[in-house]
Amino acid sequence: MGKTIAEKILSAHSGKSLRAGDVAICDVDFCFGQDGTSSIIIDSFRKLGIEKAFDKTKFCMVIDHSAPSPNIGVSEIHKKMRTFAKQFDLSMYDIGCGVCHQLVPQKGHVTCGDLVLGADSHTCTYGAINVFSTGVGSTDLAITLASGKNWFRVPETMKVIVNGKLPKGVYSKDIILHIAKDIGSNGATYKAVEFYGEAISSLSVDARFTISNMAVEIGAKIGIMEADKKVLKWVADHSTKVPHPVKADPDAKYTCVKEYDISKLSPQVAKPHTVDNVSGVEELSDTKVDQAFLGTCTNGRLEDLEIAASILKGNSVNKDVKFVVAPASKEIYLEAVKKGLIDIFVKSGAIVVAPGCGPCVGTHNGCLADGEIAISTANRNFKGRMGNPKGFIYLASPATVTASAIKGMIADPREYKRKL
Amino acid sequence: MLKGFARRLKVQDDINTDYVISGRYKFKIQDPKELAKYIFEDIDPEFAARVKKGDILVAGNNFGCGSSREQAPQALKGAGFQAVVAKNFARIFYRNAFNIGLLLVECNTDFIDDGDEVELDIEKSKCFNVSKGLMIDIKQVPPVMRRLFEDGGVIEHFKKNGG
Ligand code: SF4
Repeated sequence: MGKTIAEKILSAHSGKSLRAGDVAICDVDFCFGQDGTSSIIIDSFRKLGIEKAFDKTKFCMVIDHSAPSPNIGVSEIHKKMRTFAKQFDLSMYDIGCGVCHQLVPQKGHVTCGDLVLGADSHTCTYGAINVFSTGVGSTDLAITLASGKNWFRVPETMKVIVNGKLPKGVYSKDIILHIAKDIGSNGATYKAVEFYGEAISSLSVDARFTISNMAVEIGAKIGIMEADKKVLKWVADHSTKVPHPVKADPDAKYTCVKEYDISKLSPQVAKPHTVDNVSGVEELSDTKVDQAFLGTCTNGRLEDLEIAASILKGNSVNKDVKFVVAPASKEIYLEAVKKGLIDIFVKSGAIVVAPGCGPCVGTHNGCLADGEIAISTANRNFKGRMGNPKGFIYLASPATVTASAIKGMIADPREYKRKL
Repeated sequence: MLKGFARRLKVQDDINTDYVISGRYKFKIQDPKELAKYIFEDIDPEFAARVKKGDILVAGNNFGCGSSREQAPQALKGAGFQAVVAKNFARIFYRNAFNIGLLLVECNTDFIDDGDEVELDIEKSKCFNVSKGLMIDIKQVPPVMRRLFEDGGVIEHFKKNGG
């Protein structure tokens, strides 16, 4: 019987022929932590009493969650990270470099067929470029930093096929929100998800990252795609590592197969306070908006900024809305400056903040007041996520978020069809 | 065998790690005992004050979903919980908890009320609700996890076994 992508990648990294359900120790190709998780990585690593990292080229730390630091506690954590990096000669992306999940692939640290661990739950993002990447906690990461290994349970795999041609004004974010609604927030717990279909193939690599990024929101360990020509070009443009593309065998075993047709899909919105609480945008047109946020590891890439700027051009942000924009990395920021996108944002009344997570996790850059409503391109709308349990968060595509920022109400981006 | 009193959350299903400990605190506070004062604040602000050392936390489906923050199991351990009993757990939380020596047990939690006295026997895979006189089957704790728990977490395990 054939194997799934997950079974093949884990087998290749353990030296054994593994099947779903097996537990094995595997070699890890790259691992990292961010400023919300690195403090405990450092503590755990020190407790292990190890003299050096297993391979300093296979690890980095990123300061992105609260960057620049909003208070003393966070500043102390950032200082601790810098000291640790110096002591062990480890690489570090400091304030202003960007979000970890943009930097790790963009800086060429990972390529097709790799096995990657990150101390952040959205590490599953690189599934879009055929990487088995998944989030773990800090102590797990410290073990890998010390030994280059960790243990894995080989996940069962669910196959998701997305057919059809995306209508204008509808994007990969809408696809994954639609899937989340159907599968539910724990419908794929412990599982690997393999994504296929003409709708996926038609997407750019940037847009595919959005889908893999949110695999964890349905409970999945990884959300992986095959490496087609677009992916191979993308990794060649960003990394000097040799890719080892992995395909599933035709007779691989899946726990279930889900098929979707998105040719009639409308822009989707996840309502407070769960990611699977999803409606079409048309059902929410009476919802007032106080804050809009464009950015994050889900939707802070150049293509996302371009879509937003094209809608915003010639319009202005509603006077009652704070529209915060956080480019996902410094390189994206510079590219956006070059293309005149930042000019459009600032002139139309948006606030551009440092590359990083922005207000996504509620530590800085735009915390909600009691009763305020935000519409965001992020991946989570849990109560309190943007810093206030009495706030309300809706999740949508960059186009829907921008249209809503202009109108001051949740708005349908298809109104701007001619511009898209 | 572990013995303790059940502390049951009002909301049972899909408790994410943001709810266990909000990002507002986890970035600022590094001491688990200090963090423990704020557990579940966004969904049940009175909960933290009711927890006593040795209690057993009771929840429903998909406990610990969302963010990978290890401060979540740390804060629960810091609060004095001996174990968490739920119908099932999200995977990152599951690893994190055993890695720091916090026991997780999967079983039907419908018949465990707040304040019930509970005995957990992971050897025999049984949970006995003493207050109700009910025996509940536990899903077997996988051997790898049991070893981690018995060693007091993965760091101790790693030191003992050298990787
Ligand atoms: S952008 Fe948001 S979801 Fe992504 S890594 Fe940062 S805090 Fe996490």
